[in-house]
Amino acid sequence: MSLIRKTAAELGAMIAGGEVSAVEVAEAHLDRMAEVEPKVQAFLHVDRETTLDQARAVDARLRAGEKLGPLAGVPVAHKDIFVTRDMPTTAGSKILEGWRPPYDATVTARLRAAGLVILGKTNLDEFAMGSSTENSAFGATHNPWDLTRVPGGSSGGSSAAVAAYEAPLSTGTDTGGSIRQPASVTGIVGMKPTYGGSSRYGLIAFASSLDTPGPFARNVLDAALLQEAFSGYDPMDSTSVDQPVPAVVEAARNPDVAGMRIGVVKEFAGEGYQPGVLARYNEAIQLLESLGAKVVEISCPAFRTALPAYYLIAPSECSSNLARFDAMRYGLRVGDDGTRSAEEVMALTRAAGFGPEVKRRVMLGTYALSSGYYDAYYGQAQKVRTVISREFEAAYEQVDVLVSPTTPTTAFPIGERADDPMAMYLADLCTIPSNLAGNAAISVPCGLADEDNLPVGLQIMAPVLADDRCYRVGAAVEKALEGRWGGPLLAKAPEL
Amino acid sequence: MSAITRDEVAHLARLSRLALTNDELDHYATQLDAIIEAVAKVSEVAAVDVPPSSHALPLTNVFRADEVRQCLTPEQALSGAPAVEDDRFRVPRILGEEA
Repeated sequence: MSLIRKTAAELGAMIAGGEVSAVEVAEAHLDRMAEVEPKVQAFLHVDRETTLDQARAVDARLRAGEKLGPLAGVPVAHKDIFVTRDMPTTAGSKILEGWRPPYDATVTARLRAAGLVILGKTNLDEFAMGSSTENSAFGATHNPWDLTRVPGGSSGGSSAAVAAYEAPLSTGTDTGGSIRQPASVTGIVGMKPTYGGSSRYGLIAFASSLDTPGPFARNVLDAALLQEAFSGYDPMDSTSVDQPVPAVVEAARNPDVAGMRIGVVKEFAGEGYQPGVLARYNEAIQLLESLGAKVVEISCPAFRTALPAYYLIAPSECSSNLARFDAMRYGLRVGDDGTRSAEEVMALTRAAGFGPEVKRRVMLGTYALSSGYYDAYYGQAQKVRTVISREFEAAYEQVDVLVSPTTPTTAFPIGERADDPMAMYLADLCTIPSNLAGNAAISVPCGLADEDNLPVGLQIMAPVLADDRCYRVGAAVEKALEGRWGGPLLAKAPEL
Repeated sequence: MSAITRDEVAHLARLSRLALTNDELDHYATQLDAIIEAVAKVSEVAAVDVPPSSHALPLTNVFRADEVRQCLTPEQALSGAPAVEDDRFRVPRILGEEA
């Protein structure tokens, strides 16, 4: 089997055992990228020499006997929202085009310390605002299952890169579903860790109370290994949780749900859901029952209001966070002809540098925070957030995990929702509650929808700092389904 | 009745420091109207006595130790600046003509 089809765990073991070098593994992936990037367009920045330099350095560290982690030498595609010293960082925005950050994000630094080799920076919706990656200022990414469809978003470059075998692993960020939804529609695994479990330092901020870095992989164990490699307490992030990383790798190696109590969220099914998505979802519930889990229905009525609450809270935080793009200290500056004031230059720069979705959200957030509207919108949304957290807490008194479809439909065609913001927002319907409550949640593949033969994801949600439960249940579903399919779901994807 | 008028959108654009064209203002007025109507559903949750949550963690006022530590050099801090003069960020005039 060629190197690009191996799992990250296999590659790590082969490199550690001296069977193959990190340089050879990097070259195999760079060659694959050269072959399929014209079709997929997952990456915004690739620099073969920088990547090979990293691989050579890892090989030298291993030869010198340095003890590195299980992913040493394994390539990773890095979402272009994490700052990187040696590569440009754009967040998918014209306002940062060509910017070279003077420091590394904590996630970036930890990838390097663990010996992972960064293949390049992946495409995303501008500042992670979107569900299709069409909001990137640098063009759309294409879903490897069907190149006319979106790879999800906002981390769509990262999901497409892994699904197209350009990388065994990638990083993402999840603010309202931006890891889980793209994983779901590309047939791979994507995890949103507990909020505060992975560092936001050097992650270009969208909505600070929600943004959470997390892993993508082609299987549950690889995702756990990557989460373990870059997670954990970081004093540089004031909302970092000073607790050990949950035992995610051990859980991924123990696919056992016998005796577990699994809650089916009643509100997340029915009208608005694609029949093929519901069919695979219901089969996954039956599967869990057949594996010895106790399945009960759980009602969380306020989850229906999670989407409107999110579209007040996230834009409010974004309108404040994006004020830093002021044309003064870094990034684009437009119209500075010596006659215009700083304020005029700022307004011209932001109008030229931000795309339509970012402008919409900045204005929406400014509106929700305005005096006279604050209590009715932002204030009420924060109260709804409390109600949703309480419903989760009540649910977790009865069950160990909750399940739902990850997203109501399979991958939609590029362009279909591009100018209909409300239709686009519905993609995050089932993923948002876990962001508002800060809980852990994962998406694992659970089959193909009958209508279009495109991947469907099962979402598994767990309480704060119980990330290991997501992996345990996810691994059990994966093992049973791969047994039925005779291999991973991704093996059914057409050749590129 | 619309939730937001075109004039209000123009005001929001000014507050947001976005120099929008008239066409853009028309376009965003229509879209923001639909979005605001949808997000107004938050009022359907009875939450009068519920405390608001700004984030999900039981953390308040996290401070680091007040110790000198390594930071960016002036060269690094200025490396992405649109304009630099004498080791400083050079900016357009910040005072009005009459000042």
